Amino acid sequence: MALNHQLPSLKKEDERRMELQHVNVKITVDGDLAVDPGRFIDVFHRWIREGVIEGLLIDVADYRHVPHGPGVMLIGFDSDYSIDNVGGNWGMLYNHKSPLEGSNDDRLSVALKSAVKACTLLEAEFADDGLKFSRQRFELFINDRALAPNTDETWDACQPILQSFLSTTLGHDEFELQRESEPRRRFGVTVESKQPLDFDALA
Amino acid sequence: MKASNSLWKKRLDGQLTAQMADELNTFEMEIDLRRQGKVDEKVFAETRLRRGAYGQRYDNGKRNDGFKTQQLAFPGDAETKGPNTIWDAPGMQRIKIPFGGMTPDQLEVMAELAEEYSDGIAHITTRQDFQLHFVHIEDSSALMRRLAAVGITTREACGNSVRNVTGCPFAGVCADEAFDVSPYADALTQFLLGHPDAQNFGRKFKPSFSGCHQHSCGLAAMHDMGMTAVTREVDGETKRGFRVVVGGGLGTVPYQAKVFDEFMAPEELLPIAQAISKVFAKHGEKKVRSRARIKFLVANWGIEKFREAVLEERAKLNDDPRWTELLEGAEGEQETPLNPPGDLPESNGDVEFGHWLKTNIRPQRQDGYFTATVALPLGDMTADQLRSLADIARKYTNGTIRTTVEQNFVIRWVSGNDVSALHKELAAAGIGEAGAGAILDIVSCPGTDTCKLGISSSRGLAAELRKRLSEKIFELDEAIQSLHIKISGCFNSCGQHHVADIGFYGVARGVRGFKVPHFQVVLGGQWEENAGSYGLPIVAIPSKRIPDAVERITGFYLKSREKDERFVHFVKRVGKTKIRQELDDLTKDMPEHDADPGFYADWADPREYTTGDIGKGECAGEVISAYEFAMTDAERMVFNAQVLLEEGGAQKAGEEAYRAMIKSAKALVQIDYDDVSNDPDEVVEEFEERFCDTGVFYDPFAGPKFANYLLAAHKSAASPFTAESAHYRIEEAQLFIEAVHSCYTKEKTTAG
Repeated sequence: MALNHQLPSLKKEDERRMELQHVNVKITVDGDLAVDPGRFIDVFHRWIREGVIEGLLIDVADYRHVPHGPGVMLIGFDSDYSIDNVGGNWGMLYNHKSPLEGSNDDRLSVALKSAVKACTLLEAEFADDGLKFSRQRFELFINDRALAPNTDETWDACQPILQSFLSTTLGHDEFELQRESEPRRRFGVTVESKQPLDFDALA
Repeated sequence: MKASNSLWKKRLDGQLTAQMADELNTFEMEIDLRRQGKVDEKVFAETRLRRGAYGQRYDNGKRNDGFKTQQLAFPGDAETKGPNTIWDAPGMQRIKIPFGGMTPDQLEVMAELAEEYSDGIAHITTRQDFQLHFVHIEDSSALMRRLAAVGITTREACGNSVRNVTGCPFAGVCADEAFDVSPYADALTQFLLGHPDAQNFGRKFKPSFSGCHQHSCGLAAMHDMGMTAVTREVDGETKRGFRVVVGGGLGTVPYQAKVFDEFMAPEELLPIAQAISKVFAKHGEKKVRSRARIKFLVANWGIEKFREAVLEERAKLNDDPRWTELLEGAEGEQETPLNPPGDLPESNGDVEFGHWLKTNIRPQRQDGYFTATVALPLGDMTADQLRSLADIARKYTNGTIRTTVEQNFVIRWVSGNDVSALHKELAAAGIGEAGAGAILDIVSCPGTDTCKLGISSSRGLAAELRKRLSEKIFELDEAIQSLHIKISGCFNSCGQHHVADIGFYGVARGVRGFKVPHFQVVLGGQWEENAGSYGLPIVAIPSKRIPDAVERITGFYLKSREKDERFVHFVKRVGKTKIRQELDDLTKDMPEHDADPGFYADWADPREYTTGDIGKGECAGEVISAYEFAMTDAERMVFNAQVLLEEGGAQKAGEEAYRAMIKSAKALVQIDYDDVSNDPDEVVEEFEERFCDTGVFYDPFAGPKFANYLLAAHKSAASPFTAESAHYRIEEAQLFIEAVHSCYTKEKTTAG
């Protein structure tokens, strides 16, 4: 059967109703990953046991054997956290799975803040190893191809949303958005901020 | 759970076959009805299992954190999707890939689903299926819909049904095959999917196809029904046929299949499969789940009696044109190459490429073409890798790819001219690893990672062994390189440990007052000759000492083997006692807990080891009778009729209510007379004769009132409906269904 997975073009009214759910944020590691990924397994198990992070945490999934894969994952009910190596770039990936009420800004904010919080916690866990996450660069994408297919129309609709959100959240306009160019991958952007992110303020 | 689930129905409108769309609409309704408490949890469990929606570890809401059992506070923990299975707990979605055949489009959709509904990883199983983990039950219908749009069904992926029909991944291109079994595997898949005679099993039923006897391809000997292609000269003409075996199976105690027919003509394949299904449904054990596989029936009866029973059923079958229609074109070429043929290149000093050429490339019987095996670590791949594989398959072939039971992919029809470039692209995508089918290519079931039945971490052990072996794989003696290691997390053999050279299955042992994960070492298995023999456990060794055990076993083999002696023969000659002696010290002198707490935890898991997280598996499904299934359908249909009426569709509502009555009448008739067809005329005639003329159906107070609803509805079936008359029909249908329930209960109680 021939694939006809091209989703129909968004109409103007859809553009106004763009619902950004299941927001993912990946904050890349600065430099090389200074920590053996296996050590995150211990940390994530402890987070479950001690309820270190908000939300129902369920289990730890180990995918270190998969090249450029999800690394080590902390599986939750509402969201997953992982020390992720997809694309060959190590980073802390936050995946918000359950639908959220509120505005697009609310949902984007939850994702970014949760990712930053996890990074802060991990930096503290591995301070002696010098683990640091980037303060200039992160990826933001929407894990739902029905709500946000990776098309020009989505980009036209979302760009102003993202610009506005980031200006408000980062407190400046000195950032660039680079759109995910592979249409089969999820709609998203890489954010390069000329000013460093203030993790304390964001978390 | 996805905000977009409801959008996919509209967006994929027209891209599904009518039947698939109908099935998925039904499943969505069943999910709604379960949420409303209108479907029993056991019935819903078997319903979702038959759509491949499986439970996962911790879905009872309990998880040991290494110190104590924690309660997982799922939002709606009073709601369940099966006995002791919380509604919101993540589950596993199994996806059937008949004989492993996939297209690039399907790979791309799998990539999307892995990202959006799962953890980003698609996993290939030991039966050529895919599995996605951590899937929410309410996402499953959208997921299934997206698969259906590219021609994949998850129907009967789990539960007491005909499971995936597996087949040799080299079928059609193998130099040793009798003929290409792919079209026959496809025909059997289509024929048995949803077949009425295959809906009332007490357990699962697994068929497989092999192109030859001598290799491992289809593993016929370990299947419920195994078909091996053979040819015979008849009047100077080469005729195709199948050597058919039945009653094989692994599980806790593996059985070798018995020969049903040394040479079955292809046109008998489907009717015999149907007849076998009827025998299994009628005579297979249903109460004692652990004895309910067909292998026990064949063993209890003996193959002669079993064959006789099947042939008796075969003789009674009404001719079905699909028996031959589905085989049309089977003798022609099924696939063609994209590019012209070419010679295999030299490695030219590229060591990695050289290794890969040696282990992953195999010449096809078609000169100038080769198969390339994509070896996946533990059967896992990312969404990006799936997309890369789709691109590679399109670029170098006509999209001819198959999954394998060794949890890999095989790309077929690769021109020798393209092998080098193909390897580069696979390597760039992170899926160019050498060692396919070698000792590094360890097969493992999901084990304690996600399976409720897992005892020890099969994947954790497999990953550790892979890590150690990959450091030196190509320095190892060739005889060691070619060994097969297979690991199961428990004795149920989903990792197929019985047919490995060196197999392991998870067990637990008490040590110094603590529980310690162990694995039983299983030797004597044979992968080749279609699962030629089964190994036996010789000793249980602590999990953390298994890598040492592998070194000892392989070292002993190298030291003591006779010239060119294969491992399976070595084990037989030397005897397991001697091999066990090499391992004995690994079972003694366990460290103190405080001195080595890691010994008391499993691989890649810091928690104190426990068996407390083991739950009740769903592999055996729930035994739901055909009557219960049919009545659930009837209830759903009458509910659907109400919905249709609310939406202003009086005609459709009235027709649906009538169909619900026929469905429930047939459910009752079938208790007595199994072979009643779906023809409403026959159903009503049989119902009248068996239940009305005898007075059995009549209500003690209302007399024939409810039966008359059916008879009147049938008489006026062709009449148009108004909103009012449809409303009446729905009321009557509901009352008739209630009367069927009463009659059934009364009959069952009387029968004791």
